[in-house]
Amino acid sequence: MATTQSRTLAKMMLLPSVTLLLAWMIVPLCMTLYFSFLDYNLLMPGENEFIGFLNYEFFLTDPAFIESFFNTLLLVGGVLFITIGGGIGLAILLDQAIWGRNYVRIMVLAPFFVMPTVSALVWKNMFMNPVNGLFAHFAEFLGVAPIDFFAELPLLSIIIIVSWQWLPFATLILLTAIQSLDREQLEAADLDGAGPFSKFTYIVLPHLSRAVTAVILIETIFLLSIFAEILVTTSGGPGYSSTNITYLIYTQSLLQFDVGGGSAGGIVAVIIANIVAIFLMRLIGKNLEG
Amino acid sequence: MGSITLKQVTKSFGDVNVIKPLDLHIREGEFIVFVGPSGCGKSTLLRMIAGLEDTTSGTIEIDGEDATAMPPAKRGLAMVFQSYALYPHMSVRNNIAFPLKRAKVAPAIIEEKITAAAKMLNLTDYLDRKPGQLSGGQRQRVAIGRAIVRQPSAFLFDEPLSNLDASLRVNMRLEISELHQSLATTMIYVTHDQVEAMTMADRIAVFNGGIIEQVGTPLELYQRPVNRFVAGFIGSPKMNFIDVDMKAGDPTCSLGVRPEHLKITKQQGLWSGEVGVIEHLGSETFLHVHLANGSTLTVKADGECPLQHGDKINLTADDNKIMHFDGAGMTIPSLSWEEKAVVKSA
Repeated sequence: MATTQSRTLAKMMLLPSVTLLLAWMIVPLCMTLYFSFLDYNLLMPGENEFIGFLNYEFFLTDPAFIESFFNTLLLVGGVLFITIGGGIGLAILLDQAIWGRNYVRIMVLAPFFVMPTVSALVWKNMFMNPVNGLFAHFAEFLGVAPIDFFAELPLLSIIIIVSWQWLPFATLILLTAIQSLDREQLEAADLDGAGPFSKFTYIVLPHLSRAVTAVILIETIFLLSIFAEILVTTSGGPGYSSTNITYLIYTQSLLQFDVGGGSAGGIVAVIIANIVAIFLMRLIGKNLEG
Repeated sequence: MGSITLKQVTKSFGDVNVIKPLDLHIREGEFIVFVGPSGCGKSTLLRMIAGLEDTTSGTIEIDGEDATAMPPAKRGLAMVFQSYALYPHMSVRNNIAFPLKRAKVAPAIIEEKITAAAKMLNLTDYLDRKPGQLSGGQRQRVAIGRAIVRQPSAFLFDEPLSNLDASLRVNMRLEISELHQSLATTMIYVTHDQVEAMTMADRIAVFNGGIIEQVGTPLELYQRPVNRFVAGFIGSPKMNFIDVDMKAGDPTCSLGVRPEHLKITKQQGLWSGEVGVIEHLGSETFLHVHLANGSTLTVKADGECPLQHGDKINLTADDNKIMHFDGAGMTIPSLSWEEKAVVKSA
């Protein structure tokens, strides 16, 4: 159905949803852009004067910005590293023929269905709590001093929690990729004298590269905007040691009531996200072609 | 190098016996074809020889050495798979080099072997391409190249031509036969296509239901099949079977005549019937003749056959071209004159 008429009709039919989606995106973006140039603080009502790039200047020269920028990179990088490494390992294990495989698979996927706030609270109170937490009990059992995770290792603790949430996603995608691997290739490698390690590096891993690319792209989009886990555990502290850019914008606009500064931060975050996206597409996007 | 002996080999998946106790000796340098309908166990047996399937019981000896429990790589065999099983992300060069690199062969020797194999298989211009950029026949050649460079004691082919189109299949058939002539290495070739079996094999093993029905040269199987199954499987179009009434003293239960041995006569023949569908192939014509008793005979006639649908014809065949099968489907050895006289007088 590639006649001119049907194509015109298809365009007409798509027009309402495209318009709606575009408006949905453009209006908030333009408002944020507009606010970012105003002196707009909810604690000081009055004339919202146009102040040019002053909001940007304040946001970018804030020492918290540099720290939260690197925290964001560490958070995204750390979670990607753990979920892809662990995901490949789990996917290979789950691909083996074991008794009750289907139940194990469902259980592995379970964390993905837990809301971020809930899972962060579970980790905070049941695992990482220095008095009542499971890890504290384990440390006591070993006779060492329990670690106060959120005070001593705040960013690492959040990386662990977020990794726990995203590991099932990575495992699921990588497991389906492993299952699509042609068994005859592995058998041919067997005959060619490849051991388990060579088979993994030369056949399984290259086969997984596209799936890994997909996981990296999708996870990065979501990991750049991690918020709930930080809010309910460390609240960005101690100091700014577990604040990422999303959380910094939140403190700026909602804790300091500085709408202008928060909007400027929002625009900066959009720019950073786009830079990361372009960088990723250049680096690994070619894996998705062909 | 390259003789393989199977002794009382069996294979079961749970309660299902895929291979029933089976003995076979594959001679050094011969081209043996395993042929049979799908599910007859021929591919399973090949995979057992390759070491990709465990042997349930019995022993597999390669060059006189017990290889039953050896891992695939230690057996010194190379296999060409139906799907070619090329490594899709490696260039043709690296695909062919893969087994050599795993065996830690010196790079200079690897390069030399690749060049030689590529020249032999007309792949020189394609060495830097990926398998995805090659045609089916070229992929097939890469798979063979990957097998050749290891200098195995035997090649195993698992239905290697079934993914190719008809004309290419004929070409590759010739190329593989040519390869066997020049390498003189043992080759085991699995197929369900009896034409491939007949044209390529030194010897054919006909499989059915997990057992070998008969092993022999193509002509032996064509001329002296041991039973009705082999008679029907070898030869194209299929042999015609005609059920006959049992006579006292004669164990014959059915007769078998190949389409090419049936002759159309003006006189009273052995059978008469009405011509049904006529297939003109140019060089020959196949007639489907319906007999009065309801059975249909395929007859091979000349290319220029004047008959038409609905014509009544008489058919006959030479006595020594008609095969007799008993109630169990076994071939009754052709009777001598004296025996025939006894049968007739009885």
